Amino acid sequence: MEMPKPDPQILARKARIVARLRDALPGGVIDAEEEVRAYECDALTAYKCPPLAVVLPSTTEEVAAALKVCHAEGVPVVPRGAGTSLAGGALPTADCVILGVARMAEVLETNYPDRYVHVQTGRTNLSVTGAVEADGFFYAPDPSSQLACAIAGNIAMNSGGAHCLKYGVTTNNLLGVTMVLANGTITKVGGPWMDANGLDLLGLICGSEGQLGVVTEAWLRILPKPEGARPVLIGFDSSEVAGQCVTNIIKAGVLPVAIEFMDRPCIRATEAFAGAGYPDCEALLIVEVEGSEAEIDHQLGLICGIAEELNPVEVRQSGSADESARIWLGRKSAFGAMGQINDYMCLDGTIPVSELPRVLRRIGEMSEEFGLEVANVFHAGDGNMHPLILFNANEEGQLELCERFGAEILKLCVEVGGCLTGEHGVGIEKRDLMEVQYRPDDLAAQMDVKDVFDAGWILNPAKVFPLTVSAGRRRAPDQAA
Amino acid sequence: MNGLSMMEPQSEAELSEALAGAEGPVSVRGGGTRGVVADGVALRFGGAGISLYEPGALTLVAQAGTPVAEIEAALAAEGQRLAFEVPDMRGLLGTEGESTIGGVVASNASGPRRVSVGAARDFCLGVRFVDGAGRVVQNGGRVMKNVTGYDLVKLMAGSHGTLGVLTEVSLKVLPKPEVAGVLSIDGLSVSEAVAAMSAALGTPWEVTAACHTDLAANDRPSTQLRIEGMAGSVDYRLGRLKEALGNYGEVETVVSENHDWPWFRDVARFEGGAEDVWRLHCRPSDAPGLVARLPEGGKVMLDWGGALVWAAVPAGTDLRAALGAFDGHATRVRGQGGGIARFHPERPELAALTAGLRAKFDPRGILNRGLMA
Ligand SMILES: Cc1cc2nc3c(=O)[nH]c(=O)nc-3n(C[C@H](O)[C@H](O)[C@H](O)COP(=O)(O)OP(=O)(O)OC[C@H]3O[C@@H](n4cnc5c(N)ncnc54)[C@H](O)[C@@H]3O)c2cc1C
Ligand SMILES: Cc1cc2nc3c(=O)[nH]c(=O)nc-3n(C[C@H](O)[C@H](O)[C@H](O)COP(=O)(O)OP(=O)(O)OC[C@H]3O[C@@H](n4cnc5c(N)ncnc54)[C@H](O)[C@@H]3O)c2cc1C
Repeated sequence: MEMPKPDPQILARKARIVARLRDALPGGVIDAEEEVRAYECDALTAYKCPPLAVVLPSTTEEVAAALKVCHAEGVPVVPRGAGTSLAGGALPTADCVILGVARMAEVLETNYPDRYVHVQTGRTNLSVTGAVEADGFFYAPDPSSQLACAIAGNIAMNSGGAHCLKYGVTTNNLLGVTMVLANGTITKVGGPWMDANGLDLLGLICGSEGQLGVVTEAWLRILPKPEGARPVLIGFDSSEVAGQCVTNIIKAGVLPVAIEFMDRPCIRATEAFAGAGYPDCEALLIVEVEGSEAEIDHQLGLICGIAEELNPVEVRQSGSADESARIWLGRKSAFGAMGQINDYMCLDGTIPVSELPRVLRRIGEMSEEFGLEVANVFHAGDGNMHPLILFNANEEGQLELCERFGAEILKLCVEVGGCLTGEHGVGIEKRDLMEVQYRPDDLAAQMDVKDVFDAGWILNPAKVFPLTVSAGRRRAPDQAA
Repeated sequence: MNGLSMMEPQSEAELSEALAGAEGPVSVRGGGTRGVVADGVALRFGGAGISLYEPGALTLVAQAGTPVAEIEAALAAEGQRLAFEVPDMRGLLGTEGESTIGGVVASNASGPRRVSVGAARDFCLGVRFVDGAGRVVQNGGRVMKNVTGYDLVKLMAGSHGTLGVLTEVSLKVLPKPEVAGVLSIDGLSVSEAVAAMSAALGTPWEVTAACHTDLAANDRPSTQLRIEGMAGSVDYRLGRLKEALGNYGEVETVVSENHDWPWFRDVARFEGGAEDVWRLHCRPSDAPGLVARLPEGGKVMLDWGGALVWAAVPAGTDLRAALGAFDGHATRVRGQGGGIARFHPERPELAALTAGLRAKFDPRGILNRGLMA
């Protein structure tokens, strides 16, 4: 993975740039070497690079002031929320300024009759729900990282979660944003109402990985909490049959809020780690439904009926909050468990649900070819896979081998009609595979959008598009502020 | 049809050639039910047909020229549907023709269920289109979760044919629930109706639509809420909702297998009239204030729990001027308006971005020229 060489002229001007930033944001600039190191990577820890400086504004106006300086100086800016990106989206370059919104975490307005909450984007995902749950509401998108990740990163990556089968991902729950454009102009896109006036710029901004502007506030749709929710755990002797079960449930017209899938290596690792009491089988589904007690019983009954026809190893229907927690325990600790036994790389390709059996089989074969173990845990209802490739980071060449294997899996996802990333984003991690999914004109159309929002390509310029493909545009002369 | 002939390329390649070679403005149409014609030669993409439908994966891919009716029939055969509830506006707009899926996506056309499940744009997983320079572009795909690169799918949905001509769309579809229950209360004022609808949408009983009309068939205002699902569950939730709304007036409930709400979905309230018809997108709690500022004789229907106000006002009314600034926007859907812009003017910095995007996707400015201005 290559990053552009830092611009020596920017490095040489560091003192001046930092001084200008300090003028603009007294108290919000970090440039000491030991301190900027805290920002050298996100959750894709294989890649690290300390930035030139870090700016931590407290207001939208300060964000604008910082961007004006960077724009005038031609300094690349990498926006940052909580730094939990698994794609390297918040990875700095040595000549960049990290612009973090962590100090902006206020709830600005909660409005229950109109069902929205207006927040600053440094606020963590879980604390958005935290602000409204006492009144019976919640914010639906629930990435597993929700305790740590910020709304800023959720919007930039269009993050999803376990419950998006029913509630959709970030873009389906976002009403509007306050955003600062690359040249420091503050604007509002959308607001506390539904649907765009004119072109759907909000839909374009969500998922643009910090390349079109810095989002400082958001209007988020909130929903009344369901009366209750309970899962059923279903074990199967084959991944294929588990895949079939997912299809049959969906075809039967039942729409669970979540259908999660784990394979044997993942089940074994989480059992050793969390002791959730899962059956030792080839594949396991956790299917959750919502409603009143009677509604839940009825839906779980239908789901169990569908499962029973496929000869399951075990069907364990939760009858209480306690049993539900035990069923979810293993799934929720899956990533932690894998991290205990090994270094791992977490992939994120999506495939059509019907291709599940074929793709799982092929991943198994490739695992033998590459000599690296894979554990699968993912959102099966929508085909968003998370193969975890296990490797040893201390062993020479293993990271590269792992990356080559990962690339092959992602190519397979595209080949069967899916895509490179379902929720983590492209960042640097999948950047160089974009040409597998998109033809040159498809990428040109996307980069045209970047040109319009950020003609000088100062916002997160080395991400998303392969460097060779974006080279001509990245060098485009800066349009003066 | 301006007396000009209509171009009807049958394939994406032909369409690309036609647009690259176009010598003047092009008026893009699907089924033509919207009844608005831009300058220039008419162009309709002739490609039609469902190319892929996987009920078990909740996905359907179709050529843009496919009639919506054909898609709905294919889905119904598998007990599924387009959840965003495509409106049929022929009655309202006094037009003929068959809506196409391309036209629906291009205008982000969504009905009452939008308040609970989302708009057409939320169900659109992928697009293929040809831009104003003849460039063929694909974005998104056919899977439900996809964050690979920028989301041009959303940009195209609701772009009203001004950035490119869609050739293919892939959609997320949903199962059609067993039954629908409707709860209605007669005689509420607009502000009472909004309060009742907000209260209902704030319960966990999963209201899938909430509408109000100032004049129903029985000559009284009517506020209606819809709940869908399995029979037992709908009965239960209707019952709970009835209890919760008892203080707003006498509550009636009906359960049936009919999920369609053509009266609200198609804005039948204003069919056949000569007034201009506008859509206002706003906060529900702002709706009563906006309605109070309508010119004398204005009529209203509320959808989306009050987040969408349909207003019929005397032809030529400058409704934006009458309402003054508010959080949201106003679009005129019917009527010529005498020089008053159809779409709500954008904030200057957003207008600049829009103009920049148009310059990239339609450098000669030939597609539906001036339509969204
Ligand atoms: C254990 C673990 C589990 C995870 N599970 C999930 C999951 O279930 N679903 C899922 O979708 N993701 C998941 N993720 C990935 C990650 O948490 C999400 O991508 C998250 O949205 C990132 O948020 P963040 O605030 O940490 O963003 P950061 O990592 O700080 O940044 C992510 C991207 O957003 C941009 N950005 C940040 N702030 C702004 C801003 N203010 N304006 C514009 N752009 C900005 C950055 O430049 C970068 O490109 C997981 C990560 C971990 C470590
Ligand atoms: C000003 C106006 C605003 C409207 N806004 C809404 C709304 O917000 N919500 C709603 O539910 N309904 C809206 N409608 C009604 C809506 O347009 C129709 O319900 C539906 O789009 C008709 O489909 P059709 O195939 O007949 O499209 P047509 O009437 O042929 O075309 C509708 C629009 O889509 C464009 N279009 C058609 N096919 C393509 C294609 N293949 N590629 C690119 N563009 C194409 C056309 O240029 C035109 O702008 C609106 C109507 C008008 C006049």
